[in-house]
Amino acid sequence: MKRFILSLILLSPCVVKAQQDLLQQLEKDTPPETEYAFATFKGTRLGNGHTIETKSGGSMEFIFGHRFGPINGGAYELYGLDQAYVRLGLDYGITDRLAVSIGRTSTDKTIDGYLKYRAVRQSKGAKNFPVSITLLGGMAYRGYPKNNADISPEYEYVDRLSYTGQALIARKFSPALSLQLMPTLIHKNYVESYEENNQFALGFGGRVKISKSMALTAEYYFNMNRPDTSTLPDGVAPYYDAMSIGLDIETGGHVFQILLTNAIGLTERAFITETHDDFFDGAIHLGFNVTRNFQLTKKSRTSN
Amino acid sequence: MVLNLGLLLRIPVAIGFLFFTIKASGQQRYFAEKPSISFFSDGLVEDITAANQKVTSIFDALNGEIAFLMNVKDFQFANKLMQTHFNEKYMESETYPKSSFQGKVTGFNANSSGTQQVKAVGKLTIHGVTREIDVPGTIEVNGGKLKLKAKFLVKLEDYKIVVPQVVWDKIAQQVEVTLDFAYRPL
Repeated sequence: MKRFILSLILLSPCVVKAQQDLLQQLEKDTPPETEYAFATFKGTRLGNGHTIETKSGGSMEFIFGHRFGPINGGAYELYGLDQAYVRLGLDYGITDRLAVSIGRTSTDKTIDGYLKYRAVRQSKGAKNFPVSITLLGGMAYRGYPKNNADISPEYEYVDRLSYTGQALIARKFSPALSLQLMPTLIHKNYVESYEENNQFALGFGGRVKISKSMALTAEYYFNMNRPDTSTLPDGVAPYYDAMSIGLDIETGGHVFQILLTNAIGLTERAFITETHDDFFDGAIHLGFNVTRNFQLTKKSRTSN
Repeated sequence: MVLNLGLLLRIPVAIGFLFFTIKASGQQRYFAEKPSISFFSDGLVEDITAANQKVTSIFDALNGEIAFLMNVKDFQFANKLMQTHFNEKYMESETYPKSSFQGKVTGFNANSSGTQQVKAVGKLTIHGVTREIDVPGTIEVNGGKLKLKAKFLVKLEDYKIVVPQVVWDKIAQQVEVTLDFAYRPL
């Protein structure tokens, strides 16, 4: 009899449990998951430089970067619209975390390429990490001038190369606010006497969404090895840090970025170490980055 | 002594009966082992389709109660950029990570086999908005397993899902949702 009562007591929770709310039970039974931050930025570019974003595996992006001349060129230059500096680029996601790109810039006939790898993703839940980190390694070949001798008698083809190593560190604080830090090292095989071969820059920037499809962006690259204006020989224009403020507009597969920047270069070497225009003196360039996304992999990958 | 023996004999029978009823009621509960919720929307430029196969669901055949729960992020699109936009802009899945349904199935008879026409009435939660819906569907009984199928329309505005003007022509204002759950006894 004791056993009978005991079994009744032991079994009674099962009966009670059976009457529990089904949805509550589903919620309870769901194991904790890791939530990764996504869409930290609208595109792969913040302003002149990169964001932590890469193309997802199997998708390709055509990116058209364009900078006009300085606004303070006056009416004669139609406020900069007479000049154009253009980079045509293709980005491709090999996997969701590894992307490769190639591009050509008109400014000094530079061909550049880079690999971009999403090393760590911001996460919460089962796994917790406060930031996303993307690593970028790039190389650029300057095509201008055509003849090596135009620079100096010792100038060789290898001197045309420069390298970029960059860690992009970002945190999406809320759906609307994302901030990013970009420690960057530029190595130039050839520099003038007043420049350093290795230049370290600390970039910082972010975006604030003002609607579902629009965001304001800002970006600044503080070049710690920027040549001091007072040490420059006569006739050499002073160097400035590159900065930009912009507006991202996203429509389906396109992202339009409208920028105001003091840089005309569209590769890291060019805008971080070779910007000669003073933003605060009105040497501001209107610019655009326009991207078009193409999904290249077949639909069969996810359909059942 | 005789009485005591009779009592002693009854106890295991009583316990056995108790176990039987509990086990029997346990068998009335089903867990979705192969769930799929997909949606389809035809747009001017391209048709949009996505499927979520990480849905969890319980169906209680005894009282007809049913519930399912899913992470919005688990909807898989062929076009990954579209998947990002779906989560970031339309479903706002950072703010509203889950969708669920909780309700009752009527017209189901566990004892008859074959395909039965049923109806589910209950609360559907999408994008943080909960609405009472009723949906016709079928349940197929096959060797102790159940197959539930249903198809219904979801109007985006009913759930306060706003598609920005610049892309509105690409996305229809209502989507067709298809449920396909294979249940096994819990």
